[in-house]
Amino acid sequence: MPDQILNVDNLSKSFAGVRALQGVNLTMERGEIRCLVGENGCGKSTLIKVIAGVVQPDEGTVTLNGRQYRQIRPIDAIREGIQVIYQDFSLFPNLTVAENIAFNYNLARKKQLVNWRDINRIAREAIAKIGVDLDLGAYVEDLPVADKQIIAICRAISQSARLVIMDEPTTALTEKEVRALFNIIKTLQREGIAILFVSHKLNEVLEISEKITIMRNGRNVTDGNTAGFDRASLVKHMTGREINETNAAIVPQAGNGSVPLLQAENLSCRGRFADVSFSLAAGEIIGITGLLGSGRTELALSLFGIRPADAGTISIEGRPAEIRSVQDAVRHGIGYVPEDRLIEGLFLERSIGSNIVAGTLRRLTRRGLINRAAVGAQIRQWTENLHINTPSTELPVKSLSGGNQQRVVLAKWLAINPKILIMNGPTVGVDVGSKAEIHQIIRDLARQGIGVIIISDDLPELLQNCCRILVMRKGRVLEELPTEGLSEADLTHRLSATAPAPASGTPAHSGQRKQVRPS
Amino acid sequence: MFDKLPSITSFISRDRNIGRLLGVALFILIILSILNPGLFLTVSNFKSMAYQLPEFGLLAMAIMIALLTGGIDLSAVGIANLSGVLAALTMIRFIPQGAAGWQITLVIGAAVALGLVIGAICGAINGFLIGRIGIPAILATLGTMQLFTGISIIITKGYAVLGLPDAFLYFGNGTIGIFPVPLLIFIVIAVLFALLLNKTTLGQELFLMGTNPTAAKFTGLDNFRLTLKTYMVSGLLSGLAGLMIIARTNSAKADYGASYTLQAIVVAVMGGVDPAGGAGTVIGLVLAMISLQFLSSGFNMLRVGGSFSNYFRELVWGVVLILVMVINYLDAKKRARTPQESGTDAKAQMPDTAAGAGSAQK
Repeated sequence: MPDQILNVDNLSKSFAGVRALQGVNLTMERGEIRCLVGENGCGKSTLIKVIAGVVQPDEGTVTLNGRQYRQIRPIDAIREGIQVIYQDFSLFPNLTVAENIAFNYNLARKKQLVNWRDINRIAREAIAKIGVDLDLGAYVEDLPVADKQIIAICRAISQSARLVIMDEPTTALTEKEVRALFNIIKTLQREGIAILFVSHKLNEVLEISEKITIMRNGRNVTDGNTAGFDRASLVKHMTGREINETNAAIVPQAGNGSVPLLQAENLSCRGRFADVSFSLAAGEIIGITGLLGSGRTELALSLFGIRPADAGTISIEGRPAEIRSVQDAVRHGIGYVPEDRLIEGLFLERSIGSNIVAGTLRRLTRRGLINRAAVGAQIRQWTENLHINTPSTELPVKSLSGGNQQRVVLAKWLAINPKILIMNGPTVGVDVGSKAEIHQIIRDLARQGIGVIIISDDLPELLQNCCRILVMRKGRVLEELPTEGLSEADLTHRLSATAPAPASGTPAHSGQRKQVRPS
Repeated sequence: MFDKLPSITSFISRDRNIGRLLGVALFILIILSILNPGLFLTVSNFKSMAYQLPEFGLLAMAIMIALLTGGIDLSAVGIANLSGVLAALTMIRFIPQGAAGWQITLVIGAAVALGLVIGAICGAINGFLIGRIGIPAILATLGTMQLFTGISIIITKGYAVLGLPDAFLYFGNGTIGIFPVPLLIFIVIAVLFALLLNKTTLGQELFLMGTNPTAAKFTGLDNFRLTLKTYMVSGLLSGLAGLMIIARTNSAKADYGASYTLQAIVVAVMGGVDPAGGAGTVIGLVLAMISLQFLSSGFNMLRVGGSFSNYFRELVWGVVLILVMVINYLDAKKRARTPQESGTDAKAQMPDTAAGAGSAQK
């Protein structure tokens, strides 16, 4: 068995004249954990797709286990033990855990009949191999994200994977689930399986990997042992410029004025959260964090009128406010930047312009008809103010990168002239450069007197921008911490201290963590 | 979407589907004219098409607006017949023998108003079932289609209602200059309908809701009211179609034009309306309708297959629909594979585009 599993040599690929990959090299050996990092659009995804045989390269070769390929087909990649776990996991929600794990195994052997005993055995073996505990008969749609990921990993190793490529595996995971995933990765490594870990989250990259490959604009700019990098040098290589992430840490301004902008008292919503009280002043940025299912998203949805609270009071600028629908929330000047930008935030096929004015069309009419001049002016104003980078606002919003898409969502809300902005995961899936700029925008908004609530897993993000952080668990606010003097280690500790760790290495998957989706 | 009206040529090149439709219509026109100039290329043939087209066009628009929101309205023909029957009965019952002109006008006005109100009410019932109760549009309107048709059958006991006043028949058979009155009415309504879709908040918001109802909700649009209004407009158009039908045929029947429903869907899809919601133009719909009307008139005239001409018509419509869809889907697929060339973001979107196409297929 050759030790070198993968060798990518001088790979190039263009799409309609745009070079996605230019002379990229990458080598992976048995049992190696390597991280592939780079901003959105740097060519990471294209590279993965070439290795998996989904996209054919224009130039260069890929050598798998010593065999050189010019054109790899997906089936070749699978036979060579290359398994890619995409962000959506590609699982069948209506099938059980065992079926999902063993299905491909059966397919690969062209079995016509299903042997249920085999299916269960294969699934059990795969699960035992990575040392977790899962109910084989459970339906995948009922399981939390972390378990889905474990299933995808099990499916990969049940097909005798030699190299597992994970595309942004931690995006939807909580701190604790990430720990569990890292344990699994270490277990796979001991089995001699190589891992290519693609991620935005630099702390994780530095922690889990042994080697790092950094890509920028379709080239690999640097390659080396993880020990030779730190956060700053990673960012520098990724963006090609110096971004001082922490210069952000201006002292967050506390709110002014004696009457709080938003005051929530004993808010409760059965089965979602209970007895939540907090206040937000004009110009203040506060953070809410907690594990998935802690009720943080549910609280936001209720403040925004999607799923109104059934007890407690909300007052805005000292006056009691009844928020029973999104329309009520908007009327009170509350905007909500949702967690899932693609589904909840954007009209992907429609133009950038029409996304920006989607919430304000009613205000831009004259004699019952849409006032085209006013619409155009508003689109122009926000495109410029938020530096939305596009050749034309007539292009569909799906043509934009993650960071620019998030700006469009923001623009839509700023157009209603909000007093309060709730942002759920404001920089999820956004590259480092855009992230810093979005943080800057948020701080500018606060400076103009908007009260901002940031809901996030990203602790540095909260620490850099917020003046107070509410820690939620099981639908309750456990603590309210001022960020001044609070370190990331402190906050991590407090988060995990509030959630006693279950048996080591076993990700918890009790029902309480199941994320409740808005209807 | 918000820029100034483009010139005709740029409009055609911008929307491939419309260019294609225009080509198809012209192609059919030319072929039929060459094959049978004596019959096809005559004033009387075009006149007969001009009388048949409007009622069908109104029903097609009624179904189109539902399709734009991602729904469908199978009950459009049922609404048209119910409106027609009630309006016809009103005119017959309440116009006394030897009534004066003003009396007749008054009753006709009342009957027309009744037909339209009935249409709007029926539409509101659809909108309520779909938007509030949450029944899928295809099932809700399947139910109401049966319901509305059933009511018409009970009222008429299955017989045709005959003998409408001449003044009313003018709307279905008269001419102004050389133009048939129903065609003129249709043109006015089509222009108003296009205005509603493109220039009003309601129109734009229903496109947004059709594109992504979840995002619409999270943007603060009132999906229920939008759905209600959509189906009310749909019902109004159906009601108007019903009035036009009885004015043209001088009779109201509970089961008139049953094949219109599916044909209207054919026309809408061919005209570029996305059955998943969020996209479609009135001009596309009208062009598709004209192409298919040319085809059916042509086939009737050519006596293709002798007495089987009507069977052939169905077959040809089917073939045309499938061809158009195959071309459109292949085209969309091709475009999804090659990223858009314009823009500084082209590079950034590349992997995303491919991933998006992959996940969209699930």
